[in-house]
Amino acid sequence: MAASFRLLARRALCHSTQIVNPAYRSGITGSGCRAEVTICRCYSDGSEEKSTHFGFQTVPEGEKAERVYKVFESVAKKYDVMNDAMSLGIHRLWKDMLLHIMNPQPGTRLLDTAGGTGDISFRFLEYTRSMQERQQRMAVKSNQTPSWQDIADSYAAEDADTVLPETRAVVCDINKEMLKVGKERAESQGYSAGLSWVVGDAEELPFDDDQFDIYTIAFGIRNVTHIEQALQEALRVLKPGGRFMCLEFSKVSNPLLSKLYDAYSFQVIPVLGEVIAGDWKSYQYLVESIRRFPDQETFKNMIEDAGFFRVQYFNLTGGVVAVHSGFKL
Amino acid sequence: MGVSSVHALQWKSLLLNNRCFGRYGVLGWRQYSVWNSVEDQYNGLYPGHIPTNPVQKALLAVGSGVVALQDPYRHDMVAVLGETTGHLALIRLRDRMRNNPEGYSILIERPRIRLCTLNLSRMSSLPEGSLGREYLNFLEKNRVTPDSRADVKFVDNEELAYVMQRYREVHDLMHTLLGMPTNMLGEVAVKWFEAAQTGLPMCILGAALGPLRLSASRLQSLMTSLGPWALRSGSQARCVLSVFYERRWEQNLEELREELNIEPPPLILTASKKAPTADLHQ
Repeated sequence: MAASFRLLARRALCHSTQIVNPAYRSGITGSGCRAEVTICRCYSDGSEEKSTHFGFQTVPEGEKAERVYKVFESVAKKYDVMNDAMSLGIHRLWKDMLLHIMNPQPGTRLLDTAGGTGDISFRFLEYTRSMQERQQRMAVKSNQTPSWQDIADSYAAEDADTVLPETRAVVCDINKEMLKVGKERAESQGYSAGLSWVVGDAEELPFDDDQFDIYTIAFGIRNVTHIEQALQEALRVLKPGGRFMCLEFSKVSNPLLSKLYDAYSFQVIPVLGEVIAGDWKSYQYLVESIRRFPDQETFKNMIEDAGFFRVQYFNLTGGVVAVHSGFKL
Repeated sequence: MGVSSVHALQWKSLLLNNRCFGRYGVLGWRQYSVWNSVEDQYNGLYPGHIPTNPVQKALLAVGSGVVALQDPYRHDMVAVLGETTGHLALIRLRDRMRNNPEGYSILIERPRIRLCTLNLSRMSSLPEGSLGREYLNFLEKNRVTPDSRADVKFVDNEELAYVMQRYREVHDLMHTLLGMPTNMLGEVAVKWFEAAQTGLPMCILGAALGPLRLSASRLQSLMTSLGPWALRSGSQARCVLSVFYERRWEQNLEELREELNIEPPPLILTASKKAPTADLHQ
């Protein structure tokens, strides 16, 4: 695929010019390889910035992150209401499906990138908690004649946390407003054990290597300026054997459904944004950014290029949303 | 119309280089800078214009109507309702303005009423009873500012968008001319006046539904004296949008009322001491 060749070429150039141009390594946009930029510089009239898409507009790369930040800052308070209104509540089923495919065991460490208001992390904690309870019940059932040691242990365990100590969910988001809303929701819904909130950029995660068992990014990766960068960071922070999971809007293959979906997206969603949140343009950006995101196969190849194995995708709702999954080995 | 296009550009540049920017109410003013910081060019006919097709307009009209009814403090929804339903009435208003020499000069020069365009020190030095002084008193007593009017977004004609904007900005002057405060009763009275004057569907809707929120005694006074007076004045008066208020600050208020054929108010209403007030205009 063209994307993978570009990536390989860029990596090759990077290695070859690394020695020559160390000064350019401190990238403003966080891009690890500035080789392409230095070559561009020879041909352009001195403007360093490449441009990228922001919805259907073209903007300088350095600006996209800031504009996305402002979009989410303004929609943060009404984010959950709008999600329910726009998807008619179906987004909850999509997220449940992600958890179902993930099937996390108690004691798993999750990194929920672009986690914002915490939907995935809350579901993760619920899932592992109920899984743990079920395991405990089955353990009790099979244990018909417990020894005195076992009985003593079970008395101690009654006082312990219902969450297994190792079960951790870290919500990481670049936007402080979204995290604020997420924290308030966590308080009101009673999630506290095993949950942390971290401000961080998906292209440059503030975590060490080999930290997490599962990395998820739900409806966030299309807002990232350099998707390959985010994928490489995901590979870095996952433990060997860790799983990468991405829930994102994708291409609808059925032509009739696609027409209906387009009509709904462009006619109804900005109107809903204006009426409910008072913000037409943020939701116009939302539907445009969905159209600019690569389709299922292209994204699968991008994930493979980043170094993941056994990459597969599952279409939900006829391709409106796709779950991509890959493993680090 | 070469001259008008020059002034149209000036109007647009006041919108773009908006240093005297006020609150948007529901939206933070940072909202404005996200979308206009980069561009000298903008999508649409004027800054802030969002082109919409008839389907979107219909959906907006219905949605904003429902939300505005449920929560009258959503000023932006009242504004959107006015913009999406007011096309024919705006055309009528614009034609009335064109046929009047003063109105025509307004359409050409495109004056804006904002705190930065008003010469506040000069206006406060005017004698009591003059339009400028009474207007400032009104703003102070009711604790409102002309900067809180939302910009027009969904009108697909640049001149009509200005007429809509002018209507919004002149609303406080209506209050001054009619002597009505910004409490619910005063707003409903002004709404009746505006409905008779402009014929905007949003005004008619507000005029019809506003009384439902009034207490019995206020409803009584509305129905017996204020309401008929407002309707009479509205239908008899000259087009209030065709008046170049910015050149008439020194004029005596009573004199202006006579000139415009507006009867003096039958009841003296005082401003309520507490904010906030429901805004039925926009």
